Amino acid sequence: MAQHELVAAGFGGQGIMMLGKLFAEAGVLEGNYATFLPSYGPAMRGGTANCAIVISNEPIASPVLPHPKVCVVMNLPSLKTFEPLVAPGGILIINSSLIKEKAKRTDIKTIYVPANEIAEKAGMTKAANIVILGIVVKATGAVKVESTKEAIKQTLGEAKAKYLPINLQVLDAGLNFDING
Amino acid sequence: MGEKLLMKGAEAIGEAAIRAGCRHFFGYPITPQNEAPAYMARRLPEVNGTFLQAESEVAAINMLYGCAAAGKRVITTSSSPGISLMQEGLSYIAGSELPVVVMNVVRGGPGLGDIAPAQGDYFQAVKGGGHGDYHLIVLAPSTVQESIDLMQLAFDLADKYRNPVMMLSDGLLGQMMEAVEFPGFVDIEKLPKKPWAADSMQGKRSRNLVNSFDLLPEGLEVMNKKMWAKYADVEKNEVKFEEVETADAEYIFVAYGTVARIIKTVIKDLRSKGHKVGLIRPITLYPFPKKQLLALAENPRVKFFLDIELSFGQMIEDVKLSTEFKKPVHFYGRQGGMLPEPNEISEVMLKLMKEAK
Repeated sequence: MAQHELVAAGFGGQGIMMLGKLFAEAGVLEGNYATFLPSYGPAMRGGTANCAIVISNEPIASPVLPHPKVCVVMNLPSLKTFEPLVAPGGILIINSSLIKEKAKRTDIKTIYVPANEIAEKAGMTKAANIVILGIVVKATGAVKVESTKEAIKQTLGEAKAKYLPINLQVLDAGLNFDING
Repeated sequence: MGEKLLMKGAEAIGEAAIRAGCRHFFGYPITPQNEAPAYMARRLPEVNGTFLQAESEVAAINMLYGCAAAGKRVITTSSSPGISLMQEGLSYIAGSELPVVVMNVVRGGPGLGDIAPAQGDYFQAVKGGGHGDYHLIVLAPSTVQESIDLMQLAFDLADKYRNPVMMLSDGLLGQMMEAVEFPGFVDIEKLPKKPWAADSMQGKRSRNLVNSFDLLPEGLEVMNKKMWAKYADVEKNEVKFEEVETADAEYIFVAYGTVARIIKTVIKDLRSKGHKVGLIRPITLYPFPKKQLLALAENPRVKFFLDIELSFGQMIEDVKLSTEFKKPVHFYGRQGGMLPEPNEISEVMLKLMKEAK
């Protein structure tokens, strides 16, 4: 297993941290090493947030990802900040519902996902982060779909178990999105 | 060892302390370690422990003094400015030879600074931040797992030497989540007894007295000598360090904590390009791995050391003293809570290697 790396970035409130945590949790459920490094500090609602996740079957050296192999940007300021940082040959996943601009880099693979529309169609408008999680799982192959579903189940817990079916539905919508289209 | 859990660093140290037999926490909130007291506030009542948020750091450290004097395992967690406030208490605790564990999740300084990871508190931790002639035993974890693993050792060393132990962490280690495994619970009943504790008459005719006071210089000198005999044992017995790829290394990084992790990435990269680089990572900052550094310095193969810190260079003084100036010791650091990128460190190393040829 190679070292899988993800940086996810967007507005506070878009579920960026949850996206990253679920991805890391899925990795841990498969018995791997994983690190989840949040941007922390003075923050405000609507401000930017990001997190870095590493999953590997070997002990992880640096949890800091200045040049991630895979990057998710959920809003325009994040595209501006992180597009230049993606490792050459890496993947940039862009939430095209909120970002109308195109990426300028040609040495990376870009995937445009209308995540908000897909989430809305699948039944939960605010779950664009779960759509993107599906895309990340599909594009990286870092974790199995089953582990991802288990991570969502465990995170919701018993108290919020009623939201599990709708979350899985939204995840499937993400998984079914044609990432090469 | 149990199952792997994804857990935040600050919470993991709380659980690790409980498993190490600690049932008492006194502290005062400060970012970036608030998840530790929050965790303890919820968890300690479940194990019949005591959590108390003090009115200040000064009060908290003196609560530790009292609890340790009563013979109980006790911890506080704080971050740089809070730890500064605790220095008076730490000096008293060292002078009274009391075992406590203090976690410093270091943030940027000086003053109020910021809440990002930093290593500017090395001098304060290692050289004695309070008044008087004493040492803290200082452990520096570099992963969340190691923070857990070192916690039991911290309590054991504190008890063994009757001396405060500091875990020197940083904001990144406190805030990140990592897959971890916990050891089992220490049986508190089976911990070594503390016949010196001021907890009761213990069936004797006279009370135990715990203090750091002797008005007569003759008496105080005896006490100082006793403490320093103890530190000699600590230096002899308790040095811990990690070496990475030093067996054939010509260029040696020296770093601790979070920075050492970043350097492991650098080493992978430079090794893949054929450069013989290695790392020595002190795990105990006091006692410092002097002998191991000297042995590397005396090895004709080793060309130089490159010390990397999140400060303008504090540990480097110990590196230079340990290596007795037998090889050059270079420095690179970032400050203010900034982290160096692996590429940045590689470039510094490659430039120095070129100059050395």
